[in-house]
Amino acid sequence: MIRMSDESKKHIISKYVIKKQKVSTRPVAERIKDFQEVSLGLNKEQAILEANRCLQCPKPKCIVSCPIGIDIPKFIRCIANENFEDAINKIREKNGLADVTGRVCPQEKLCQAACVLANKDVPITIGALERFAADVSIDKEIKALKSNGKKVAVIGSGPAGLTAAVDLAILGYEVTIYEAFHESGGVLTYGIPAFRLPKEVIGKAMRYVKYLGVKIEKNVIIGKSLTLYDLFELGYDCIFIGSGAGSPKFLHILGENLNGVYSANEFLTRCNLMRAYKFPEHSTPVYVGKQVAVIGGGNVAMDSARTALRLGANDVRIVYRRSEKEMPARIEEVKNTKDEGVKFMTLANPLKILGNNQAHVTGLECIRMELGEPDTSGRRRPVEVKGSNFTINVDMVIVAIGQKPNPIISRTTPELKVDKEGYIIVDDRGRTSFEKVWAAGDIVPGPETVIEAMSGAKNAVKDIHLYMKRREEKELVLNPVLAWKF
Amino acid sequence: MTPIIEKKELSLGIKSLTLLSPLISKKSKPGQFVVLRVSEKGERIPLTIADADSKKGTIKIVFQEVGKTTKELGKLAIGDHILDLVGPLGTPSDINLFGRVIVVAGGVGIAEAYPIAKALKKQGNKVVTILGARNKDLLTMTGEMRHVSDDLFITTDDGSVGRKGLVTDQLKELLEKGMNVDRIITIGPAIMMKAVSDITKRFRISTVASLNPIMIDATGMCGACRVSIGGETKFACVDGPEFDAHKVDFDQLLSRLDMYKNSEKISDHKCRLVND
Ligand SMILES: Cc1cc2nc3c(=O)[nH]c(=O)nc-3n(C[C@H](O)[C@H](O)[C@H](O)COP(=O)(O)OP(=O)(O)OC[C@H]3O[C@@H](n4cnc5c(N)ncnc54)[C@H](O)[C@@H]3O)c2cc1C
Ligand SMILES: Cc1cc2nc3c(=O)[nH]c(=O)nc-3n(C[C@H](O)[C@H](O)[C@H](O)COP(=O)(O)OP(=O)(O)OC[C@H]3O[C@@H](n4cnc5c(N)ncnc54)[C@H](O)[C@@H]3O)c2cc1C
Ligand code: SF4
Ligand code: SF4
Ligand code: FES
Repeated sequence: MIRMSDESKKHIISKYVIKKQKVSTRPVAERIKDFQEVSLGLNKEQAILEANRCLQCPKPKCIVSCPIGIDIPKFIRCIANENFEDAINKIREKNGLADVTGRVCPQEKLCQAACVLANKDVPITIGALERFAADVSIDKEIKALKSNGKKVAVIGSGPAGLTAAVDLAILGYEVTIYEAFHESGGVLTYGIPAFRLPKEVIGKAMRYVKYLGVKIEKNVIIGKSLTLYDLFELGYDCIFIGSGAGSPKFLHILGENLNGVYSANEFLTRCNLMRAYKFPEHSTPVYVGKQVAVIGGGNVAMDSARTALRLGANDVRIVYRRSEKEMPARIEEVKNTKDEGVKFMTLANPLKILGNNQAHVTGLECIRMELGEPDTSGRRRPVEVKGSNFTINVDMVIVAIGQKPNPIISRTTPELKVDKEGYIIVDDRGRTSFEKVWAAGDIVPGPETVIEAMSGAKNAVKDIHLYMKRREEKELVLNPVLAWKF
Repeated sequence: MTPIIEKKELSLGIKSLTLLSPLISKKSKPGQFVVLRVSEKGERIPLTIADADSKKGTIKIVFQEVGKTTKELGKLAIGDHILDLVGPLGTPSDINLFGRVIVVAGGVGIAEAYPIAKALKKQGNKVVTILGARNKDLLTMTGEMRHVSDDLFITTDDGSVGRKGLVTDQLKELLEKGMNVDRIITIGPAIMMKAVSDITKRFRISTVASLNPIMIDATGMCGACRVSIGGETKFACVDGPEFDAHKVDFDQLLSRLDMYKNSEKISDHKCRLVND
């Protein structure tokens, strides 16, 4: 038996005495009127207390459950010791987007679910601590990194592209990101609304990327403005594709092209990227109905519903064909959405969108569903209850049932193998079928989260680095003169 | 930032700008377009590439000042810059040897049709062009169009130049006279394209319309531009903008184009209050 000193016993006891620190949110009545962040995060005192609660487990399960393996106890210890600068530096060894992941990672299913204290229902709020470390970090230029003379092109500036760029830059590669839009950030910019992920946060993350020497070329669509072949001709040694799954899925039901029916992508892009909520100061308009139905049960549906509410809708309803338990949205966001007054109509499937003679939506015909046998995803498959059709009055419908990959790149790159839905096929190293081209994030099959996109990108960068080193060695062998020079 | 190196006023409210963009000019093909944003708070709008010179690295856009963004664009001068410019977008026109092709274009659609007519002519087609506008002052690029056409007809609503009437009157006359036509291309206001399509359907002549729905990203990401083609939903920005006119649901296109009419009035009005 191991004897514990009184000192360490006291330490452990005191850890159990500190209460779990609650992350507070802004009052509902106030927050539904604006686009400022809902979650207030932890303040300094809270963060230090929470950090002190961490048991600093010798075999921390939290680390293995973080897809990018952040050294969680170490950075938490830095916060406990009030070395905030060290905390963010520790995190940045693995994660250049702590400002983002601390806010939008499904922590309750990942690091926090694995925390030993989760057994007692008081897991460390790791995400909130990560966010705290990022928020208090000072935004400053860092020393220029030494180039290794190799060039990599990164397509897309979402979490996958940014992570690949950061990791490659740290390894010494000269990185240029090509982004189709006029702003970088991918879904972080055009999808996730400011009340969950403030624009300043993305700006700060983006400055960090630029400090590392990464160049960003906006308004360039790979596959249109430049092809992959052009990129190789421009002298890039490798290409990383992180172009996301940006193409909206529709229901393919009658009435879907009526006015007042939006894809979540369009609605959120108008609001977030084009700032339609500041119309007419910003020129892009958006229509918002009084009675809104949002179809879907993921984060995208929640974000659309809450955005509509903030833009003046009286009555917003989530229409979802399974039950609440199956909803893929983050638990915290489901709660926030409900608190804000969005109604949930579960086990209902839309059949038809009704319109008036001005071709504007007026109603949604649905059918009741019940849960049958589990499907391939393990979730119980919803089946229609015959004859249970009903209609609700709505003047706006937002379709948020998922995205699929945009085919622009694959259509112009025959070498790039894609599956039948258009996802780029990669091996476990992130390699595509096209030599010297890697891909990760939402453009490859798999779960669609920020952290998975980042983890895939990190994996690909490791292999890019290995590949480049091998190629160099081969060149040395094949070219003795060069070898001699070395 | 894209510099403006030439500016012209082609006719009443229709202007052209030549922009220096080597990347886009090199890739551009007839029928393709760009999306641009004039200023930090501006909207993204699609405009057809009316001409491209890959040697000089330039492209030309021709636009009609109809609302806030096109008016802002019209105020820019040589040496000014366009904040964001992206392209070339959309699927290029099908340029083949068809035989005899009639190009029916109206309003600012004339400028949009020019690169297509030019390419068709170069391919060896007989090109017959019918141009229409409300009046003489609104007619553009007739000289350039004449240059690439074997035959050219002009119609104006008020008869101030050419034949008094609509492009469809001229078209109907040619077809009724029994002109042998292999393909028809129509570009212009949706209502005009609908009328053209209705006529050519009767004569069973394969017809292509270049659709102009409201767009945002123009890369297939939002679905704002969706159109019904033979009952199937397509995204005009990536699957088009050209489609088989006989399969297009023009009524839906027309109603979707009106979606933001009221907002646009507010936006344009506010913009004038600020600027004047
Ligand atoms: C509304 C919404 C809410 C979400 N909420 C959460 C959440 O709370 N938590 C979570 O973990 N995940 C969430 N997600 C999912 C998450 O955002 C994505 O999984 C993640 O952004 C994928 O990253 P990515 O880099 O692969 O792609 P994206 O973020 O989609 O970025 C791709 C980028 O590539 C650019 N691009 C595409 N094609 C080209 C081209 N041909 N040339 C140049 N550039 C191109 C795009 O413009 C874009 O900027 C949400 C998604 C949405 C839409
Ligand atoms: C593929 C494509 C190519 C185009 N090429 C050209 C071109 O070469 N030259 C040109 O002048 N215009 C072209 N257009 C139309 C052009 O995009 C619109 O005129 C422009 O968006 C209007 O913007 P605005 O802010 O000035 O006017 P807004 O204030 O947005 O609109 C003013 C009026 O124009 C109507 N309108 C809005 N969008 C469109 C549209 N897409 N098509 C037709 N009417 C519209 C509105 O209903 C309103 O009545 C093209 C459109 C598409 C989709
Ligand atoms: S990145 Fe996500 S999973 Fe990893 S520690 Fe941070 S919040 Fe947890
Ligand atoms: S499992 Fe929980 S308590 Fe243990 S080190 Fe990780 S965060 Fe701390
Ligand atoms: S304009 Fe967005 S999909 Fe076509």
